[in-house]
Amino acid sequence: MSTFATELSIGELKAEADRLFSRKRLTNFGLPALVLVYLIYVYFAFDVPGLAGRANLENGKTLVSDSYSYKTHIERDNRTGEIAAAIEGERKGAYPDGEAPDWVALGETTVIDLEDGHVVRFGPETVEYDIPGYGTIRATPTRAAGVQAEMPDGVVPEWINVSKNRLTVTTDAGRLTVTRNRSEVFRYFTGWELFWFTLDSPYYGQSFPELAWRAASGEAGAIFNDFWTNKMWRHQDVAWAIFETILMAFLGTLGAAMVALPLAFLATRNFNPMKSIRFATRRVFDFVRGVDALIWTVVLARAFGPGPLTGAFAILVTDTGTFGKIFSEALENVDQKQIEGVQSTGANATQRYRFGVIPQVTPVLLSQLLYFLESNTRSATVIGAITGGGIGLLLTQAIITQKDWEEVAYYIILIILMVMLMDWFSGWLRKRLIQGGTRKKRRSRDPNRKRFLLP
Amino acid sequence: MTDLTAGSLSVDQIRDEYTGMTRRKRVYGGILMILFVALMAAGFRTADDRNAGSFIDGWHRILDYPSEVLSEAWEKIAEMPANLVTFFPALIETLNIAAAATLVGTIAGTFLALMSTRGMALWPSLIPLFRRISDIFRAIPEIVIALVLIFILGGGPVPAMIAIAIHTAGALGKLFSEVNENASLKPVEGLYSVGANWSQRMYLGVIPQVGPNYVSYALLRFEINIRASAILGFVGAGGLGYELRNAMSWGQGRYDEAAAIFILLFVTIVVVDQLSGILRDRLTHGSEKGASA
Repeated sequence: MSTFATELSIGELKAEADRLFSRKRLTNFGLPALVLVYLIYVYFAFDVPGLAGRANLENGKTLVSDSYSYKTHIERDNRTGEIAAAIEGERKGAYPDGEAPDWVALGETTVIDLEDGHVVRFGPETVEYDIPGYGTIRATPTRAAGVQAEMPDGVVPEWINVSKNRLTVTTDAGRLTVTRNRSEVFRYFTGWELFWFTLDSPYYGQSFPELAWRAASGEAGAIFNDFWTNKMWRHQDVAWAIFETILMAFLGTLGAAMVALPLAFLATRNFNPMKSIRFATRRVFDFVRGVDALIWTVVLARAFGPGPLTGAFAILVTDTGTFGKIFSEALENVDQKQIEGVQSTGANATQRYRFGVIPQVTPVLLSQLLYFLESNTRSATVIGAITGGGIGLLLTQAIITQKDWEEVAYYIILIILMVMLMDWFSGWLRKRLIQGGTRKKRRSRDPNRKRFLLP
Repeated sequence: MTDLTAGSLSVDQIRDEYTGMTRRKRVYGGILMILFVALMAAGFRTADDRNAGSFIDGWHRILDYPSEVLSEAWEKIAEMPANLVTFFPALIETLNIAAAATLVGTIAGTFLALMSTRGMALWPSLIPLFRRISDIFRAIPEIVIALVLIFILGGGPVPAMIAIAIHTAGALGKLFSEVNENASLKPVEGLYSVGANWSQRMYLGVIPQVGPNYVSYALLRFEINIRASAILGFVGAGGLGYELRNAMSWGQGRYDEAAAIFILLFVTIVVVDQLSGILRDRLTHGSEKGASA
């Protein structure tokens, strides 16, 4: 190049430099401009301006607040006068009859202390709510006349919603709802309720040292059993679900590798001289990869029903194609000299493969396998959500109820931890298996090594 | 050291030691193999037990559903072109979700990668923070964010796009920072010496070095994101997946539409796969040539 350049005149050189610069400038500004134009197109194609109308920010607020707090319902049946207390209003979290949390004083007039001076009284006839700085609200529910509410004088603030048959007061301390048939108070607490033990367990509400002491004195099994069978959080089911998800990833990945390895030999130029078979095998790999996990999941779920087996097979089939492609590329790059060396000692075909080929490709194979193990843990979560199996199913179920957001948050945290754990584990194993021993760590950054790109 | 001890051993002893070592290795290998097979077998047994239907009962039914779909599609083959046209907009939507998510994810991933590479970070003390952020982004499966966002934003392409973009940002952030570590810092220092600010140093000093690698990773991510966006459609985020679920849950009589969607998805994935393979090949080879010349 440089020899040609010296023959050019200065003017030509200048012109060339100018052209180069203007081309660079064009790409430098043109490319971002193209991206911007595309994003603007997408902005309108996805109807982002209309999104504001469809979005439900109220949903978002409940989601966020519910994911780190819970509420206890105190409910009175206005006809019978019976009072029931339940955490989140669920039967699983209900207090036994005649019992209530210690901030509720049961009696003819039940007094509910919402703290900071907020007090609700369920009288025989009238419900009263003292709000500091505002006054006392009285509501009398009757079957005939609906709810008769008396407010302090002045304009009714917007946090009080009153109509003929319903009174709703929402304050920072809690919420009171009075209808003809029911009077109900919510009090909000931070945290995840009943995470360790449900109310029917004798260990509910005990401090950690107390539990440790009891565990030491021979109750460890009972304590664990109460925790494990917690009906609210279902720790046992969750543990099984996580296990199922990891199982799907594990079986799918390793099964795919076992199926793909022999097939990969058929797809290589140096091990399989028959062009037609080579072509056919490669197209099979392309096909199973192209059909995609989604469609395999749908098809296999029809045959096996929902569950971890279906998920494992869906991963297995899809990854067989991917592994087949990667493995056959690795096999095409093996060094023939090593095979010849093994052959010169009188090795037969099996021995040649075992000692001449496999040791060469093992590092690539193993590192791919471990990368995919991590990525398939994520896929297994997604597939579980479609076919019904593992933690993905629990997550979708919890989201569908649209109220157990604390469980959703719990599952999301578990999923993230699970994936990070698998990531760490596969990285650790890779280091131990491949880079352990004599090889230098620096090898992984070798720019000439063929890079395998991963999901 | 080995020489000294070897010198004091006779040939027989060396041979014995060697055969002993090989035997031990073989035994370990055998035990590992047996363990592995047992683990796989036990795993499949457990998975089979916890599945709704078992493998033994189901394996001969694997082809039932595809053949049912295909036979019905074959009967209505005349409607196939019309169906393909009907679902083409859904395909475009799926592609748009994947493309926009890849773009947004690439931009965010570039930022995360620059922020978590020593020598390039704007705030070097925050490098661990940005690394953890991209770790967490990478660990979140798309479906988790998509489902939560669908609840807040309603169904449609935007939740899917955001979900995929977040995961893409994390995944690319990690890959990009590995690329960054191989980049030369000299142009950055040169630009610094003439008074360039951080964004100029990055845009003019780093990006040209790592650009081809970035684009190649982003293209691969685009392939993956097409699949992800089809799957997310299945849980209500629009595009082909959504149409597929509708066509399937309709029960009998809409399998011709399902077949059309299958075909569209399959062809798209294969075509994008091939195209991006060729492009990536050219990008990496091109950069190598440029580097050696």
